[in-house]
Amino acid sequence: MKTILELEKVEKYYGNKSSLTKAINNISFKVNEGEFVAIMGASGSGKTTLLNIISTIDRVTAGHIYVDGDDITSLKGEELNEFRREKLGFIFQDFNLLDSLTAYENIALALSIQNFAPSEIDDRVKKVARELNITDVLSKYPYQMSGGQKQRVASARAIITDPKLVLADEPTGALDSKSSKMLLEQFERLNQKFQTTILMVTHDAFAASYANRVIFIKDGKVFNELLKGDDSRKDFFDAIIDVITLLGGDASDVL
Amino acid sequence: MFTKLAIKNIRRSIKDYAIYFFTLVLGVAIFYVFNSLESQSVMLDVTERVKDMLKLMNVILGVVSVFVSVILGALIIYASRFLIKRRSKEFGLYMTLGMGKRKISRLLLIETFLIGVLSLVAGLALGIIASQFTSVLVANMFDADLTNFQFVFSGAACLKTLIYFGVIYLAVMIFNVIIIGRQKLINLLSSNRRNEKVALKNPWVCTVVFIIASVMLGYSYYLVTAGLNTLIENADIQILLVPIAIGVTATFLLFWSLSGLLLRIVMSFKKVYYSKLNSFILRQFGSKINTTVVSMSLICLMLFTTICILGSALSINHTMHETAEKLMPVDIQVIGIGENPVSIPEVYQRENVNLSDWLEDITTYETYRLDSVILGDVIGSVSGVNEGAGDVTVMGSYDVSERFIHQSDYNRAAKVFGHPEVNLADGEYAMIADFKPVLELRNQAMKDGKKITVAGKTLSPNSDQCIVGGIELQVSTLNEGIIIVPDSINLAAEAESRREVLLANYKTDVDPEAAERILYGVNNRFYSDDEPDEESAVYNYNGSNRGIYYFDVESRQDLIDNNVGTSALVTFVGLYLGIIFLISSAAVLALKELSESSDNRAKYTVLRKIGASEKMLNRALFWQIFIFFLFPLLIAILHAVFGLQFCDVVLISLGGIDITSALPAVAIILGAIYGGYFLITYLCSKNIIRDQRN
Repeated sequence: MKTILELEKVEKYYGNKSSLTKAINNISFKVNEGEFVAIMGASGSGKTTLLNIISTIDRVTAGHIYVDGDDITSLKGEELNEFRREKLGFIFQDFNLLDSLTAYENIALALSIQNFAPSEIDDRVKKVARELNITDVLSKYPYQMSGGQKQRVASARAIITDPKLVLADEPTGALDSKSSKMLLEQFERLNQKFQTTILMVTHDAFAASYANRVIFIKDGKVFNELLKGDDSRKDFFDAIIDVITLLGGDASDVL
Repeated sequence: MFTKLAIKNIRRSIKDYAIYFFTLVLGVAIFYVFNSLESQSVMLDVTERVKDMLKLMNVILGVVSVFVSVILGALIIYASRFLIKRRSKEFGLYMTLGMGKRKISRLLLIETFLIGVLSLVAGLALGIIASQFTSVLVANMFDADLTNFQFVFSGAACLKTLIYFGVIYLAVMIFNVIIIGRQKLINLLSSNRRNEKVALKNPWVCTVVFIIASVMLGYSYYLVTAGLNTLIENADIQILLVPIAIGVTATFLLFWSLSGLLLRIVMSFKKVYYSKLNSFILRQFGSKINTTVVSMSLICLMLFTTICILGSALSINHTMHETAEKLMPVDIQVIGIGENPVSIPEVYQRENVNLSDWLEDITTYETYRLDSVILGDVIGSVSGVNEGAGDVTVMGSYDVSERFIHQSDYNRAAKVFGHPEVNLADGEYAMIADFKPVLELRNQAMKDGKKITVAGKTLSPNSDQCIVGGIELQVSTLNEGIIIVPDSINLAAEAESRREVLLANYKTDVDPEAAERILYGVNNRFYSDDEPDEESAVYNYNGSNRGIYYFDVESRQDLIDNNVGTSALVTFVGLYLGIIFLISSAAVLALKELSESSDNRAKYTVLRKIGASEKMLNRALFWQIFIFFLFPLLIAILHAVFGLQFCDVVLISLGGIDITSALPAVAIILGAIYGGYFLITYLCSKNIIRDQRN
């Protein structure tokens, strides 16, 4: 299977010599095409930093990151934008929809930035909206939508460009449990039906149990890794809980 | 402790404060410059008359300054209120930390005080430097030489600036305290969480309102231009408020409807709308203009007023300077009106002044007013004017009696003024005029072949148009028309009054001022009798009681000084008001846009994350701000096209004012100040939305 994302001895330090924080301390792992990977860890474990450097929003201190074969740590300026534009899709905890635009326009923006023709934009938006079950909110503004709808619109915006990799940062963080479940099922379906590669950062064991694989991070290092394999989601959830118990000793992140 | 915090606050919010501070400095500087004009002119080598004029100018500028300080005060209060609102969260935080409202007020007081002191110092410094340049401008206007140029500092203007702005800052402090006192903690903390409702307006309502607004605008444009005569004829001058009221209402409606309509129109062009960040740019603009219709309209009207004020003031100055030389080819003129049997040289002779000792190139001629021929008779058939009726229009009455001159007299005067000589056949007449509205009517009459009857003789025009010009010294083109007739017609017999004119240059070896004193001396004796009233102008010459006689001496220098004084006055008042208006509206726009940019920082981060390049973002930002600045300006310019035509008509009483001559200067001032604010806003906004990490 093709490798989409590869981290090679990545390090990220903050601060100066007198007070050095190793946010990420020598992490290496691979994500294959069509995988749905969750990254778990307590607050301050470095998972958000990890996502930031994969998305090129932040730079690594050392090491290399390959996306689709290209070393993105060597990209500069306009190349970075092009990379984000064409290879990545983003889903954020607080949706980050533009409040002055309708759902349709929010989704379309990702395409118009890449100079797609209006007719093609229209086709694709409608298709992805059907897929994510948001056709009836397309003409609404963000303030007229529920949290779940907003997150699905944001997801639509993330996947409409057919990115190699979708990065989701606590996508269920601002949702109630019902909306969370719905969104995660959508992710699962996208992953299975369209082979969308998803990398999701979360501290919610329930959300992580929807992934094929969970990578645990502690103090900037990979602590453990769990594969779902042929387990049921329930069993996988239990396995995750076990690791978390092991991870902290204090079970503060077991929800 | 508080001072430290205040200083830190100012430093931290420098991005928000920059344009505010810049405006304050500019306001102070302009205030100083215009109030120090008098002291700058002290060093100029000018006549007493000009000095008097400058004193008058200073008084008037003082009055205008009060008005200006009110505008600036309103602007500063608006701006500081705006900035405080932006800092709600910060104040909320102070309050949750246990800082009382009184302490927050004290903090703001110190901040305002510091900013006030800083802006006054910087503004005065800038003003003192700038006033050195205005000295050059003043000298230029009064044609004074600047050989003894020196650095001028006006203590009086400085003090005045300090007092006026001190009062303004005091008002700001009081307002701030009131605002803080009224705030509730919960509102302060949650002020960011406002729902942005940006529902599109109903396109049909927009279209209807737009059409109504356009019709209203069209009607008021018509009223102040083509329909002006009808408008004034029917009522008094207050009727002019009607087009103004309609125009203001229509401007509001126009902005309201255009905001919705433009968005709809562009949205229907899918190719444009869904290209790059266009949908974002337009939606941002649409959501903003929805909420800022009122301020946009006000700014538009302010810009419109600015353009009209600047256009009128500068064109008056330009025209007066331009025409002065052409209209006054000789040094001095003496006019005698009435039934005096002696000629002007003889009047001087009897006062023991021999004119040829002082003057050369002496030319004299006579004109006559005839009761029997009135203006209405000459231009009667033109454009529906009732013949002989007292039809009142912009330029006055039609039943004034006409002036006549013999051909030979005219030709003598024509040589002095460089006009073409005329050679009339028997039964022909010609005309000379340069007061535009009358000139047009007279031209039409001549084209129509209008016949007139003078002293029993019927005359027809010798050509199809008037000679353009005048035959007396005048500061602007105000000659309403003189009819030239063959020498054979006996004008004196029918005349209501006779006017004798003497034109001459000073002899080259005489001191002009001495000559002027001598010539005016006689004039003064005519005027300065014991009785200071109108009657004293009546001179019963030679004791023979043959009638009344007016005597008037005017030198070119005299006329120019008065003229320049008037035009300088108008120019400076116009510049003063225009620039202040411009700064106020540009500053309000800039503040709004800057705060918008910092509100939108998160939006730009989102755009960046979904792959928009910096170039795209900067372009989006540029267009957003550009449209916002351009929109009110465009409508203001549209208004001004008609408004300036109206100004043209109003100013016509000053002679042929050519408003187009001032347009380049207006464009430069507008471009420099308004464009400058636009650029600063753009650059600051770019800085605000810039990626913090890269």
